[in-house]
Amino acid sequence: MMDDNKQFKPLKLYFTVEQGDFIRAGEASSKIKKVLSQLGFPGSLIRRVAIAAYEAEMNIVIHSWGGELEAEIGPEHVTIVARDRGPGISDIALAMEEGYSTAPDKVREMGFGAGMGLPNIQNCATEFIIESGEGRGTVLRILIAVKE
Amino acid sequence: MAAYFHSVTLEKEKCMGCTNCIKRCPTEAIRVREGKAKIIDERCIDCGECIRVCHNHAKRALTDPLEIIKAYPYPVALPAPTLYSQFSHKFKVDQIIQGLLNLGFFRVWEVARGAEIATQVLVKYLENHALPKPVISAACPAVLRLIQVRYPELLEHVIPIESPMEISARLAKKELEEEGYPVEQVGVFFISPCAAKVTSVKNPLGVKKSQVDGVIAISDIYGPLLAQLASTASVSIQPRASGAGIGWAVTGGESRLLPFTQTLSVDGIANVVRVLDDIAMGKLKEVDFIEGLACMGGCVGGPLTIENSYLSKTRIQNLSKKYGMSYLEVAPEFAFSEFFWTEKIEPCSVLVLDEDLALAMQKLETLDEIHKALPGLDCGSCGAPTCRALAEDIVRGLAVEIDCIFKLREKVTDLAERMVELSSKLPPSIGKPR
Ligand SMILES: Nc1ncnc2c1ncn2[C@@H]1O[C@H](COP(=O)(O)OP(=O)(O)OP(=O)(O)O)[C@@H](O)[C@H]1O
Ligand code: SF4
Ligand code: SF4
Ligand SMILES: [Mg+2]
Repeated sequence: MMDDNKQFKPLKLYFTVEQGDFIRAGEASSKIKKVLSQLGFPGSLIRRVAIAAYEAEMNIVIHSWGGELEAEIGPEHVTIVARDRGPGISDIALAMEEGYSTAPDKVREMGFGAGMGLPNIQNCATEFIIESGEGRGTVLRILIAVKE
Repeated sequence: MAAYFHSVTLEKEKCMGCTNCIKRCPTEAIRVREGKAKIIDERCIDCGECIRVCHNHAKRALTDPLEIIKAYPYPVALPAPTLYSQFSHKFKVDQIIQGLLNLGFFRVWEVARGAEIATQVLVKYLENHALPKPVISAACPAVLRLIQVRYPELLEHVIPIESPMEISARLAKKELEEEGYPVEQVGVFFISPCAAKVTSVKNPLGVKKSQVDGVIAISDIYGPLLAQLASTASVSIQPRASGAGIGWAVTGGESRLLPFTQTLSVDGIANVVRVLDDIAMGKLKEVDFIEGLACMGGCVGGPLTIENSYLSKTRIQNLSKKYGMSYLEVAPEFAFSEFFWTEKIEPCSVLVLDEDLALAMQKLETLDEIHKALPGLDCGSCGAPTCRALAEDIVRGLAVEIDCIFKLREKVTDLAERMVELSSKLPPSIGKPR
């Protein structure tokens, strides 16, 4: 489909995210943010992507057995896919509620577990899909359009 | 495009090209080329880190000489509260003010008073405007520039009000004008601990034009002023700043006057970077207000100061105690909104690889490839602060791969091997029989 001279090959970034690795947690989202700044995207997009990617990354660190974060950057939108190996979310609607959290005390002491992560992603996203269920991995598909 | 003016510069003769400074710069603005450091002007935020770290004193800030005040019939001194901390406690603030008058200033307007007014303007602004949390103070011009250059997405967190220096300058001019002095003959001079303030006068952010006519370094006025202190009897001026405004010279001085429950006071540019990184990730939402100061300890740690900053801090704290924390409240009809910014701060795009997105993406991919091929030691021998910064310079066309000494060695080894190979291939006429 070479219909015009300005053909965009979307830029893909890929990161693995380890379970419980609080030292490196946030690095993937931080790199995505840096790339968007270097590409000259407007601040409003950078902010929304950074927040959504960070919350998705932290959920993999805190609630999952490990997974990966992928970002695809195009001229009109950025998509983030966060994929993990389980244990899955049995009640997605409940997980989406503000304030709902199953974070253990140890994690809460570190300042996480307000139950605001998924609602925050929802606020930042233009489109947001969660694929999950008990006993399987969770996939978040987050699309953020450049134009708010 | 006119060259971007900023205060911090290099004295070439003194620079040894040691590369000590390049890694400390928060915006990767320094490169070493041909044995001399070079500042990429548009990137510099005038934080002064390179001035502090340079053993050869090759970095300095451009400021105005004291003589500049002679250009105006009615020069007004705006002493930063930090000035008071530079002298032993046996000199009273009154004496310092009188000393300034002896040096030729027609009047002294304390910036500490401007700080007290700034506090009230800030509260008023937030009463009527909702900003995303945490809100960030605009008081430190180096931090403001850092946000503009590295965190444009956080600009909307910044409280868009004038700095104590600008407020003081405006009110000082107004005061003299009302007393009947011709305003064009009034020159207002900030006595500064800070290089970034010089830039914020020449290239203001948030206001169209600065009201300040010149910036004199504390380090330049220190000697002449000290000489005056020995001889002056103290004369008192009114109204005077309280301990509240004077306290702005140290970290936390601004926050503690504000009616917020959760404030963070962060000093040191590297620490400010860490906190801004967190805000950019959506963290710290529970915090109401962030005061970020580029210099360790706050403005008492500014690059144009003389005194040990820890001692200065103690002196400021003692002065705050001495003068008390209750300050002059402005009248309810005070023109608060006159001190709100009139200009929107545009993000600065110096870190962007290309204005054209498609090209920027291509460059980013090339950058990643080049970066992967570099040794990753961040040794600085190439003159760039990190291997990634060198890769970035290469895609921008400002450097080449063999600026890396390891890459150069690889090339030399290659070449040497080829020479050996070639030398064994002598023509049959002179070579040994095969
Ligand atoms: N990747 C995941 N795998 C399994 N469970 C998850 C995952 N992500 C979220 N959850 C569940 O959904 C709940 C809500 O997630 P959310 O991110 O909104 O809040 P939180 O992570 O608990 O707290 P916060 O994000 O405010 O620190 C979590 O407590 C957890 O039970
Ligand atoms: S003053 Fe700060 S920003 Fe400017 S070159 Fe020096 S270290 Fe870099
Ligand atoms: S902390 Fe004070 S002296 Fe240092 S850069 Fe900021 S305003 Fe200037
Ligand atoms: Mg979460």
